[in-house]
Amino acid sequence: MTHAANAKQLGLTSCHNCELLVHLSPTPENTRTLCPRCGTAVHFRKPNSLSRTWALLLAAAVLYIPANVLPISEVSALGSVQADTILSGVIYFIQAGEWPIALVIFVASVFVPLLKLIALTYLLLSVQLKSRWRPKDRTRLYRIVETVGRWSMVDIYVITIMAALVHVGVLANFAAGPAAVFFAGVVVLTMFAAMSFDPRLIWDSME
Amino acid sequence: MPFAQVACHECDLLESVPPLDQHATLKCRRCGAVIYRRRPDSIQRTLALTIAGLVLFVVTNVYPFLGFEIQGTAIHTTLLEGVRILYVAGDWPVAAVVLVTAVLAPLFQLLAMMSVVLPLYFDRRPWDVGGVFRAIQHLRPWSMLEVFMLGILVTVVKLSKMATIIPGPALWSFAVLIVVVTAASSTFDPVEVWRRLEDERP
Repeated sequence: MTHAANAKQLGLTSCHNCELLVHLSPTPENTRTLCPRCGTAVHFRKPNSLSRTWALLLAAAVLYIPANVLPISEVSALGSVQADTILSGVIYFIQAGEWPIALVIFVASVFVPLLKLIALTYLLLSVQLKSRWRPKDRTRLYRIVETVGRWSMVDIYVITIMAALVHVGVLANFAAGPAAVFFAGVVVLTMFAAMSFDPRLIWDSME
Repeated sequence: MPFAQVACHECDLLESVPPLDQHATLKCRRCGAVIYRRRPDSIQRTLALTIAGLVLFVVTNVYPFLGFEIQGTAIHTTLLEGVRILYVAGDWPVAAVVLVTAVLAPLFQLLAMMSVVLPLYFDRRPWDVGGVFRAIQHLRPWSMLEVFMLGILVTVVKLSKMATIIPGPALWSFAVLIVVVTAASSTFDPVEVWRRLEDERP
């Protein structure tokens, strides 16, 4: 077995679309090389990975505040309006003894978005500080962030279905609150942030 | 073999690819990322699953998935009705996110896979495989049927104290659709597609 080598050092990269190994000449950044088999633009690393991920992450962090402070749902019944934020909704279900729901909403709407913001910030910093600490575990952390992110959408779906069912005003009227838009923004932006981060950067510092 | 070497897309390790049989999964030996999975009878199975998926997709979006009865009045709702109500209430960005993740992305995912495997099944050349593969890769993270299912479950538990919940026909087709879409995208094997296309080339 020959000594393990990064493809980039040999001027090679795999097309991220069809996995074909492509020769990339170290041309200036702005020339595009297309994969000869599937026509996808190939790069050694995702272009501007760090600055794109930072930008998306910061935007998500900004939206995270109104998403948690403003009410996510508003129920009006008999003239009175009850507005709930994500957290007050969780507390309501804990008090009502509905542990499973409280847990699902807490994990999907509070824990996962926060985990993504913190984990991506850590990954970005670790790459920029050229950390050599446990690259395999950092790659694994990235994989977790990438897979769990989608589950944050649960609350948005619950609101959609509730609004569809409880809008005729037989019992009450349910509507999405102003936080819903910000929360959906956090989920979408953190997903884009995770996609624009290139885990190969973690391994570049190992050379 | 289609490629003798491949670079891991998560850690950039250059790996040589041993001949893989149809059940093999190739994992990066440095970081553990799955580089690719081979699947037996990929073309036939994916074709069957995408056809089933499209039928289920129609059923799921035409029939109500949840109904709810209170004081003798029953209200039913479909997936698209929920999107429409959000839109009418002025929450159009949220409506758009729900429409894309619960309806459009899964639909285009099925159609895109079908556009590759249907011609191959009849020994024809599919149209722009590279572009279709790119579309599939971009669509995959936004297709969130299983998350929507969890949303339905949470809503049912939430409402069950206030009213009687009536599961609609779309709920069952939806549950099967999740299984079918997941199975189709895991049985879909790009390595096999490229192998077929390269064998054809004179």
